[in-house]
Amino acid sequence: MAAFILRRLAQSILVMLVVSLVAFYMFQFLGDPINQMVGIDTPLAEREALRERLGLNDPMIIRFGKFVLNAAQLDFGLSYQHKQPVVDLLMERMPATIELSFVSAIIAFFLALPAGVYTGLYRNRWSSKALLTLSLVGISIPTFLIGILFIYLFAVILGWLPSFGRGEVITLPGGWTTGLLTVSGLKAIILPATTLGLFTLTLIMRLIRAEMLEVLRTDYIKFARARGLTNRAVNFGHALKNTLVPVITVTGLLLGNLIAFAIITESVFQWPGMGRLFLQAIQEVDLPVMSAYLVMISFLFVVINLIVDILYYVVDPRLRVEKSGGGH
Amino acid sequence: MSNHLLEVRNLRIEFPTRKGILTAIDDVSFHIDEGEVLGVVGESGAGKSLTGAAIIGLLEPPGRVAGGEILLEGRRIDNLPYEEMRRIRGRQIGAIFQDPLTSLNPLYTVGRQLTETIMTHTDMTPTKARERAIEMLTQVGIPAPERRVDQYPHQFSGGMRQRVVIALALCVNPRLVVADEPTTALDVSIQAQIIALLKKLCREHGTAVMLVTHDMGVIAETADRVAVMYAGRIAEIGPVKQVVKQAKHPYTEGLMGSIPMIGHTDEKLRQIEGSMPRLTNIPTGCAFNPRCPKAFDRCFRERPDTIPVDGTEVACWLFDKETANV
Repeated sequence: MAAFILRRLAQSILVMLVVSLVAFYMFQFLGDPINQMVGIDTPLAEREALRERLGLNDPMIIRFGKFVLNAAQLDFGLSYQHKQPVVDLLMERMPATIELSFVSAIIAFFLALPAGVYTGLYRNRWSSKALLTLSLVGISIPTFLIGILFIYLFAVILGWLPSFGRGEVITLPGGWTTGLLTVSGLKAIILPATTLGLFTLTLIMRLIRAEMLEVLRTDYIKFARARGLTNRAVNFGHALKNTLVPVITVTGLLLGNLIAFAIITESVFQWPGMGRLFLQAIQEVDLPVMSAYLVMISFLFVVINLIVDILYYVVDPRLRVEKSGGGH
Repeated sequence: MSNHLLEVRNLRIEFPTRKGILTAIDDVSFHIDEGEVLGVVGESGAGKSLTGAAIIGLLEPPGRVAGGEILLEGRRIDNLPYEEMRRIRGRQIGAIFQDPLTSLNPLYTVGRQLTETIMTHTDMTPTKARERAIEMLTQVGIPAPERRVDQYPHQFSGGMRQRVVIALALCVNPRLVVADEPTTALDVSIQAQIIALLKKLCREHGTAVMLVTHDMGVIAETADRVAVMYAGRIAEIGPVKQVVKQAKHPYTEGLMGSIPMIGHTDEKLRQIEGSMPRLTNIPTGCAFNPRCPKAFDRCFRERPDTIPVDGTEVACWLFDKETANV
């Protein structure tokens, strides 16, 4: 187990290096940041001085080396536009994005689980068929459209929920800001979280259903019934647990997706998160912010994947036992 | 009459399809007595497993019992609500399936699967149930059961897993076990062990067995009585000695003739010509008539029911008084 985790950690580091290289290199082609930072009438000499000061004249390999070393210490330099450390900018907005993503992941998973199990167990009922048809809608309508429809229905027509922003935010010790402890914050997160989670919800639901159908056909489920176990024990104890391995994989990846694709939802709902910062950074060719965002997102992906791999071990004994070698 | 442990009367199983209703089991009747081993043989698709599934109440939809009845100790069980049938399943009728490699849930230890079954059907405490689980593993001949009880199915070999499956089927002392080809998926060298074990345990516990197989050797060694099935009907049923030694139905004769004998090297292996008809295409009269060497005109007109002949029952016009003399 420890060896396995170490191996995965090494792989993760490699992945992070490659992503850093891409993040670093890609943005070399996005135009000259100096142009964005200075006025039209700034003299050339001054521009050169600024270029030198920002280290933009060093050879590529040195700049990459510096980038990685600094990134490892959470130092992504100053934002060209905001003249603030990038890390501070990201950290300031990260709680909003993380909260949004996790709330929508929770909404998605805990609605998908019963819905998937239900449609898997009772696939011939009309309610199952209705749920499946509805899930197609969730998969096929783009997020921003759903967001706008939600705003129109719940904020404009019904006036139940706010249409933008994070509501009232409390700062916890450590600097983490949370909207989950105030009524207005909770109200504000419902629409964006649902919008963001809808795609994930329908995907996980359909996956669980497909896996349930598969598992319910297996011999061990028939044998469990033949032993007279209760329906609950068979469906939830035996069948559901066996569907979990693929579901965990996909859920992990989707959680990463939720964080990364929060960009769209954040801009629809004016959510003050990292995604909006990233969009602004693109418009302003704010390279340090863009690189840092990419590195940060891939770091989250890598961490989630690592957790998913460890969860496999917890769920499936067949992976655990190599060493104790019982049996044959 | 109802002192039989299990009685199947005129069982009929149908599958509704788009092209109409297929009758997979047609008018099958037999019984199993307390502690008796009934062997059920026939080619693939003859309806052996289907009959077994109907008895444990786990016919897969769209298959359904369309007629007849199944009685356990005189009580009708084929029309019970799911929950009541569930209580009988495992508790009074155990089941053993063909493939031990896939019969066990890979994510739970064998101990957990045993205790779960035991605690579903009795009010034993977890500790008691665990003791019982270890005892069952000992009974089915698994070495070091105290250690093995906490292992997962993939840590057991195929033969060992089938022993675990037997332990699971017998752990709450059911009155009847439906064993559906319990050795087909196993190595030949292990088959005999498993059959011997099943036979021994059932004798000790007084459990009756419905042994579904296509291995006549297993039947000859294990069963008290044999039912030979063909195309969803019983061709011949009777005590094992008579059916094996003096087969009456031409199909049974053919089956017995196709068992290779050691020492008869010069003889070509005999086989029954042709194959069993599809359900959609069962000939009128006796379903066996296209392959039967002794078929005569009546066999093509009328379908025979079982006729008692010298202690066995045979569904063949050769043994009907009216035509026997022809």
